[in-house]
Parts: sequence; structure tokens; C-alpha cells
Amino acid sequence: MPLDLANYVALSAVMFFIGVAGVVIRRNPLIVLMSIELMFNAANLALVAFSRAWVNNAGHIFVFLVVTVAAAEAAIGLAIVVAVFRRAKNVDLDEVAGMHG
Amino acid sequence: MILFYVLAILLIGSAIFTVTQKSPVYSIVGLLANFLTLAALYFTLDAEFLGVVQIVVYSGAILMLFVFVIALLSSGIGPFSEGPNRLPRVAGPAALTTFVAFGFLAFAVLHAPLALPPAHASVSTVGPVGTANVFGSVGDFGVALFTVQLLPFEVTAFILMVAVIGVVLLAGDAAPQRTRGAHERRAKSADREPIVKAGR
Repeated sequence: MPLDLANYVALSAVMFFIGVAGVVIRRNPLIVLMSIELMFNAANLALVAFSRAWVNNAGHIFVFLVVTVAAAEAAIGLAIVVAVFRRAKNVDLDEVAGMHG
Repeated sequence: MILFYVLAILLIGSAIFTVTQKSPVYSIVGLLANFLTLAALYFTLDAEFLGVVQIVVYSGAILMLFVFVIALLSSGIGPFSEGPNRLPRVAGPAALTTFVAFGFLAFAVLHAPLALPPAHASVSTVGPVGTANVFGSVGDFGVALFTVQLLPFEVTAFILMVAVIGVVLLAGDAAPQRTRGAHERRAKSADREPIVKAGR
């Protein structure tokens, strides 16, 4: 493999911060959740790249676990969106302020 | 080499498309392209099993979940409208946060050992898919998952169970005692712009 690890890590960083920008800027909770998925995937890409660099399986296992957590997170997040939408008929993140204690 | 750059451009382009689209349905299409490109990148990194998992779990399961929720929220009401755009208000702080964090990460990347070392003698990186002792193969992955990493694997099952219980609690039938408040809220928000716009 002629490519440096740096290329993959840089790509992962760019993708991660596109996700960060999406979470910060967007107010539609569905798109915010998708941005979180982007961030998970960027982290996964970095893990796979490091795993390949050191020819070590642990990174792959970790990506597997991250995928599981991402699936659980998406399910819970979307359930929260549906529940909030049922109550308020509205899914604007700035308007949903009822969750602070 | 060229393949990597093509995939990288596709990946970044689809990520930006996902984040910038007005309608969540278009975002989903961008996210699908992103996941498939990422799966291709996994293949270039000798992670065949993870590439397949990426396609099956992300494109197959998680994306379908998003599509179903959009369909559920869009049914019987007006279209997803965006509401006022808050980008002008938060653009400065958002850009600052993002670029400072990106700077830290770029610094770390530039100061890390970055050349890919040659593969270990005991583990070859080329070989038929599924053969044991080939890096990234299903056999290699499975052996590690069920022996050395068995505890994390079991914890994964527990996490999924917690998620299922949480989803049932959150999205199951609404509890009767909260219906009154919900009615008042609904009446108050009736004149508000709906977030779900059915079409374009």
C-alpha cells in the first residue's frame, strides 16, 4: 500500500468536522442525527486506517462495537424525535427546550 | 492512489451534501452515498468484513430507520419546512469551534508517525477472502471476536438490549397522564410552522 496513513486520518478528520458543523448549524433533529452518524463513521475510518497501519485486529473489533453503539444511538435518538414530535408537533431543536431539568 | 482521491472527494462531497440539504430525504441520499463510499474505502484498507458490515448495517438498517421515521413524521401533516435559517446567527461561533478543533487534530496528525509499516511476518495482508491469518478476513475477525474480545462482544449485546428497551419506553404508546398537557401544547403550536414538508 503506497499511501500514507496521514491521508486516511486527514480524510477522517475532514469528515468528522463536516459532521460537527452539521450538528452545530442544523436545527432539524433528523439531520443532526445524520451528522452524528457522519462523525461515528469518520472515527471508524480512522480506526480502520490505524488498524491497517499496525496490522492489528483490535481496531476492527472496535469499529464493530462503534457500529453497534451507533445503531443503538440512532434508534434511541429517532425514538426521542418521534416522542417529542408527538407531544409538540414540532421538531425544531431550538424550540424543544422542555428537557432541561 | 488515484482510487483513494476519487473516493475521498466522493466521501467529502456526499458528507457536505448530507449536511447542507434542506430536506431530510435528500440528506438520506447523501448519507447513503457516504456510507457506500466508506465501505469502498474499507475495502482498500483490507477490511473486507467491515466493508460488508458497513453496507449491511448502515445502508441497510440505520438508513432504513431514518427513512421510516421521516415517513412516519411526514404522514398526515404538512411538509418538513426548515423554519428560519439560524446559520447567520451561529456561523461565527460554529466556524471558530470547528476550526480550532480541526487545528488541534491537524497538529496531532502532523506530529504522529505516519508511514505504514510493513505487515507482520505472521499475518499476511494478501490472500483469499475468509482465510484465517489474513488480515481483515472474516476468519481472522471472527477468531478475535470470539476469543480475545469476547467480553466487549457480550457488552455489545447488552447495549443493544438497553437500546431496545429504551426505544419501547420512549416511542411506545403515550402514557395517559400526559394527554392533557399535550393537547394544550398542540393547540398552542398549531399556528407554528410545521417542520415536516411533504414535498420539495
